[in-house]
Amino acid sequence: MLDNLAILFNTPVLIVDLMINGMLIGAIFILAAYGMALVWGVMNIINVSQGEYVMLGGYITLVVVKLGLHPLLGIPIAAIALYFIGWLMYRSIIYRVVDRDVFISLLATFGISIFLAQLTNQLFGADVQTIDTKLGSWSFMNSMVSLAVIKVIAFFLALAFGFALWVFLKKSRTGQAIRATSQNARAARILGIDTHRIYTITYSLSAALCGAAGSLVVMAWAVHPYIGLPYTIRSFMVVIVAGLGNLPGVIVAGLGLGAAENFAGFILGTEFQIAFVFLLMIFVLIWRNRRLRRRRKYLK
Amino acid sequence: MDNLCKKHPTGVLSLFFVFAITLLPLTIFAKVEGDTITLGAAVSLTGKYSTNGKHTKNGYDLGVKIINKAGGIVVNGKKYKVAIKYYDDESTPARGAQLAERLINQDKVKFLLGPYGSGLTKAMAPIAEKYKVPMVEANGASLSLFNKGYKYLFAILSTTEQYLQSVITLAASISKDPKKIRIAGVFENDPFSQDIRKGVFKDAKKLGMKIVIDDKLPQDLNDMSATLTKIKALKPDLLVVSGHAKGATLAIRQIADMKVNVPMLAMTHCDSADIIGKFGKAAEYTLCASQWDRSLSYKDKYFGSAEDFAQLFQKTYNYAPPYQAAESAAAILVYKDALERAGSFDTLKVRDAIAATNTQTFYGNIKFDSTGKNIAKPMVLYQVQDGQFKVVAPAKWAKSKLRWPTPPWDKRK
Repeated sequence: MLDNLAILFNTPVLIVDLMINGMLIGAIFILAAYGMALVWGVMNIINVSQGEYVMLGGYITLVVVKLGLHPLLGIPIAAIALYFIGWLMYRSIIYRVVDRDVFISLLATFGISIFLAQLTNQLFGADVQTIDTKLGSWSFMNSMVSLAVIKVIAFFLALAFGFALWVFLKKSRTGQAIRATSQNARAARILGIDTHRIYTITYSLSAALCGAAGSLVVMAWAVHPYIGLPYTIRSFMVVIVAGLGNLPGVIVAGLGLGAAENFAGFILGTEFQIAFVFLLMIFVLIWRNRRLRRRRKYLK
Repeated sequence: MDNLCKKHPTGVLSLFFVFAITLLPLTIFAKVEGDTITLGAAVSLTGKYSTNGKHTKNGYDLGVKIINKAGGIVVNGKKYKVAIKYYDDESTPARGAQLAERLINQDKVKFLLGPYGSGLTKAMAPIAEKYKVPMVEANGASLSLFNKGYKYLFAILSTTEQYLQSVITLAASISKDPKKIRIAGVFENDPFSQDIRKGVFKDAKKLGMKIVIDDKLPQDLNDMSATLTKIKALKPDLLVVSGHAKGATLAIRQIADMKVNVPMLAMTHCDSADIIGKFGKAAEYTLCASQWDRSLSYKDKYFGSAEDFAQLFQKTYNYAPPYQAAESAAAILVYKDALERAGSFDTLKVRDAIAATNTQTFYGNIKFDSTGKNIAKPMVLYQVQDGQFKVVAPAKWAKSKLRWPTPPWDKRK
C-alpha cells in the first residue's frame, strides 16, 4: 500500500489519470442510477433487474452493429427498444406488484432479472461481447493520461441525459404528473392524474436510460448475459448515497464513487476495490443518519 | 417424533427408506445393454458455461461417432457401440452433483465423462469417488482437483498451474539476465486464475525475476483501469493476465484505450474471447496459452493428425474446433483404449486400465500420474501475428518465431 502511495507521489500526473478514468466509469453508473432513482422514488419499487436492462441495451447495440449501422446509432435505438421492453414488463408484471409490499416487488424484479439473463444467453450465447467503435483515444503527457473517446462521449451523454431528465420532470406536464404521483399517489389520482399511465411511463423511461447506458458499456467495456448484477448494485449504491429524488446528487455521487473506487483499486489493490466502495457507503449512511437525528432533535 | 409420525406417516416412512437405501452396500451394475456401452455426462447446455458446454458435447459426440464408425469398442472379443447419456447441469455445481448421482444411481451408468470447467468437475468428482465410478474428464484443469487423493478421476488436459509457465520460460530464454525481468500479474480472484498465478509466480521466483504488481481482480469488476494505471507507472517487462474471456476482452480493450506499453503481454482465453476477431490490430503481439493447436504433430489411428481432426470437426459442426472440443473428443479415445485393455466392464479393472494409459492421440500424449492428471502433454503458447494465432512455444512444436518486444502504441501501425 505504501509502495503504491509512493508511486502516486513520484508521478503525480497519474492522479489525474485515475481521477478521470474513475469519473468516466462513474458516468455509466449515473445513467443506470437515474432509472433506479426514478422507479424507486415514484413507484417505491427497488428494481433489481436494472443491470439486466443495461445488459440488454448492450446486446441491442450489438444487433444494430451486425445490421451494418454505426455503433453510435445504437445508443438511441437501444434506448427506444428498452423503452418498449420496459413498457411490456410493466404491463405484464410490474403493475401487479406496484402497490404491494417491497418484498414482493423485489422478488418480481429479481425474477425478471433471471429471466432476461437466461433469455439473452439462449439468444446470443454466453460469450463476452464488445464493439470496437474505432474512435480511438486521446493521450496527453507522454501517454500518462489517456482518454478513450467513447468514454468521453458517455460522460457528456450522462450529464446531458441528467439535465434533460431534470427539465422534463420540472417543466413538462407529464413530468409534473410524475412528481405529483411520487409525492402522493392517492391525491394525484383524486386530482385526475392517471397514475397507472404515469407508472408505465416512469418504468419505461427507467429502462430506456439503462438501455442507453448498456449501449455505451458494450462500446467502452464489454457485456455478457450475466453482467447485470454489478450494475444493479452500483446504481443502488449511487441512489442510496445521493438520497432519493435527488438528481444532481446522483451525478455527484456517481462520479465521486467512480473516482473513489479507482483510487482504492490503485492504492489498496484491486481485490479491495469493491469492498472499499461498500465501506464508503456505510460511512455515508452513518453520517447521514447522524445529521438527520440532529435535525429531528431540532424539530422537536 | 410421535407427533410427526402421526401427522406424516408416509413422509417419515419414506425418510427411513431413503436412509436404509444409503446404508446398503453399494453394488453397481454394468450399464451395458445388448451391444451398447453407455457413458454418462452432465455438461452445461444452459447458463454461463453454455458456449463451452456445447464445445464439450460436440467433442464427445464426434469422438463417439468416429469410434462407432471404426467398429466400436472390442471387449473380450465382442464389439460394442458407444453411446452417451447427457444431462444439462445448468452451469451450477449443485445441479452437477445431483446429476452425477442420478447418472450413477438411476441410469446405472458405470463410466462418467467430465463436465465443462473446474468448478463443476469439483462438484462431480466426489460423487464418482463415492460410488467408485471412473470419470475421465477433459475440461477441469484446476490443480486442486488433484490433491484430494481421488482415485477415480483422470484429467487428460494440462492443469492450470502449467497454463502460463511457458511464458516465464520464454521470457527467461530471450532475456540477457532473467533476474532483471520485472513481472506484473493481474489475475481474477477465482480458483482457476489463482492457480495460474501460483504457477507463474513460482517459476518466476525460481528464476529470480521480480514481481512488481500482483493484483487480484474481483469477479464482478468490469474495469481494469486502476491496475493499468499502475502498469503505466511501473513499466514492467512482462504483463500476465488471466480472468477468463471477460478478463482477456477487457485487458486488450483497455490496454489499447489507455495506450499502455508493455514489451510482452501474455494471457489465457484469447481464443474463447476471440480477441483477433474483436480487436484486430490491437490484439497483435499478444501471447496466449492453449491446451492444443491443430498445427501440432500428434497423431492417432482414429482421427489421424490434429489437422485431420480439425477438418472433420469443421465439416461436422461448421466451426473450427476450440481446444475444449479437441480434448473432449480425446477423452472418448481414452475410454476405448482402457476398456479394450481391461477386457472387462468391472469398474475397478477399468479404473486400473485407465491409470495405466500411455498413448498418443491427435490431442497429445496421454499418461496419468498417481493423482490422475496428464503429465505427458505440454501447454502451447500462441502469439497473435498478422491476425492469426501462431504457435511460438514450446520450441519443439513451434512453427513461428516470437515477435518481441512489442513496439509502443505510437509506433504501431
